[in-house]
Amino acid sequence: MSFKELKTFDINKSLISITILLFFIMYGAGMLIFGRQGFAKPQVFLNLFINNAGLIVISASMTMVMIIGGIDISVGALVAMDCMILGDLMMNRGWSAWSSMLAVVILGIIYGLTQGFMIAYLKIQPFAVTLAGMFFCRGMAAVISSEVISITNESFVNISQLRISLPLLGTLNKHGKMIYPFIYPSVIVAFAVVVLMFLMLRYTKFGRAVYAIGGNENAAMFMGLNVRRIKLLTYTLDGFLVSVGGILFCMNTMSCFSDQAKGLEMDAIAGTVIGGTLLSGGVGNVFGSLLGCMIRGTAESFISFNGSLSSWWVKITTAVLLSFFIIIQSCMLIFNNRKISC
Amino acid sequence: MKTRALAAGLWGLLAIILLSACGAPAETGEGVSDDSLITVGFSQVGAESDWRTSCTNSVMEAFSEENGFNLIFSDAQQKQENQIKAVRDFISQDVDYIIIDPITESGWDQSLKEASDAGIPVILVDRAVDADESLYTAAIGSDFELEGKKACAYLKAYLDKMSYKGEVNIVDIQGTIGASATIGRSKAFDDAAKKYGWNVLAQETGEFTQAKGQEVMESILKRHDNVNVVYCENDNEAFGVRDAIESAGKKVGNNIEKGEIILLSFDTTRAGLTETLNGTILVNTECNPLYGERLASMVKTLEEGGTLEKHTYIDEDQYSANELVKSVTVDGKTYPVTILTQEILDERPY
Repeated sequence: MSFKELKTFDINKSLISITILLFFIMYGAGMLIFGRQGFAKPQVFLNLFINNAGLIVISASMTMVMIIGGIDISVGALVAMDCMILGDLMMNRGWSAWSSMLAVVILGIIYGLTQGFMIAYLKIQPFAVTLAGMFFCRGMAAVISSEVISITNESFVNISQLRISLPLLGTLNKHGKMIYPFIYPSVIVAFAVVVLMFLMLRYTKFGRAVYAIGGNENAAMFMGLNVRRIKLLTYTLDGFLVSVGGILFCMNTMSCFSDQAKGLEMDAIAGTVIGGTLLSGGVGNVFGSLLGCMIRGTAESFISFNGSLSSWWVKITTAVLLSFFIIIQSCMLIFNNRKISC
Repeated sequence: MKTRALAAGLWGLLAIILLSACGAPAETGEGVSDDSLITVGFSQVGAESDWRTSCTNSVMEAFSEENGFNLIFSDAQQKQENQIKAVRDFISQDVDYIIIDPITESGWDQSLKEASDAGIPVILVDRAVDADESLYTAAIGSDFELEGKKACAYLKAYLDKMSYKGEVNIVDIQGTIGASATIGRSKAFDDAAKKYGWNVLAQETGEFTQAKGQEVMESILKRHDNVNVVYCENDNEAFGVRDAIESAGKKVGNNIEKGEIILLSFDTTRAGLTETLNGTILVNTECNPLYGERLASMVKTLEEGGTLEKHTYIDEDQYSANELVKSVTVDGKTYPVTILTQEILDERPY
């Protein structure tokens, strides 16, 4: 075992434990402060998943891209384009829900393959490639239709609004209705993606190669890894996952317009960094990113339960959390390097 | 040892940040669930214009604690997904009523269904939604088509009073495509142009902004040099159009006989009315943002067990500094035109 490996595993564990702790502290504080207003209801917790299903999938993908040392800032625009294509195919061209979703996913793969090719084989900076991708997608979304498309396709509506209720923990509200906690299918998809991504990154050859390349690309090359192919695969998988996230996003909003999901890429990056992924690559965990998204969601709930604070406080909270994690990360790196050198 | 010290330091830092982060809401969180107050959740679009801000302030004033309300306000920052989140949070908080000023017309079935399953009445403000009518209790908004009809009727009446017999070469600078304001005002324009035999030279979108309004008007003026009336679908577009006309060496004003170009506008913002007062804009038709009082009385009606009409419109005025036309008649109903003075302008809340 090399020093490098030892180090990264160390940081990985300590970063994620901070994220977990932070989430519990925040949620616990919420229960204490807003308990009487219903913050302790299971539905509030489940709403974090319902509201952020798309973002969770996209953050899982962003985690993988950041572990390999790259970045993808086109995700928000790609989601907008995916929504637009989905809406256009179903509402204007009469495609069925399933074939439209399949088409979106396939287009996502092709899109990811193109970005991956430019990054891996043409050796262009991921930031530059995905910046171009971002403008392309946003533009295409507007070209497909500059108007708002409202999705009313029956089977798509039925899938997205299929309420899966838990038969327990119901609460009687003051309007005299018994409400059981529920989720939508999108939550199950998001959770499945996170679990699969975790297993893949942890236990498969491909996953380990992603960590190795992010840790030190030259070393990985000398180890005999096909760096370019793995990068290409990573960005292709990224295109696929973002499109899946786009479909989940669309299931929540049910309307498509070219300005949809503006700034989603930044939310995904923020969630990932709060979740303990290093921007420099090599370290990260998809469960951390899941928690990162939920920490942001909890901060949002704080603001809306309070009801009198400006909602821009969410951004400020995110900024504080981000700086906190970035500082911790660099402290740990400095500390570890010193340990290794002595 | 060193590791432990560092770790302890980091935990301490974390604790401090968390405590400071939680401290703020803790103070205002107290006493929120006072049972005597009616809790109302209000999800607003954002704070993108003066119009929107006056709307927010009017609601906040009307739903004050003195009036017996506990208002939970949520600003969606122009993002539809934030608004959906806000509605879900309102439901979790078990509010008595939800008021939404929807960003988009579409995508409301899911969250409105959640609200109706929880038995919470929903009132929609300003904009319409395309969800099933049974999912909301009432909707109140501006009658954009009536606004357009009033503006066109005013122009017709004004030209008749001036006994102008020449051709009316009119241009429509539309708002954002798909917005209900654009749809209503453009429809009224199309109908009026057909009815009164106006010569429509162009109909293009200025996206409700000054910059786009100016750009579109500049290109129209290059193609047509006989424009004598411009129908701007909001005040910002009117400012852009004024600049375009002036930089093309033409004059904006009320005297069509002398080759001046007449401007019609909507929204009656303070800046818009200032331009109306000095005669740049002939007539400015109001789009009333002061929903607060009306909403509060709607909620009170529901609270007392009364029922509301499904769709109602808010009353809106029309302003001009020109005293020629005192009232306009639309579909058999007469609406007075307020002659704008500096005092009226000073007294308006927005």
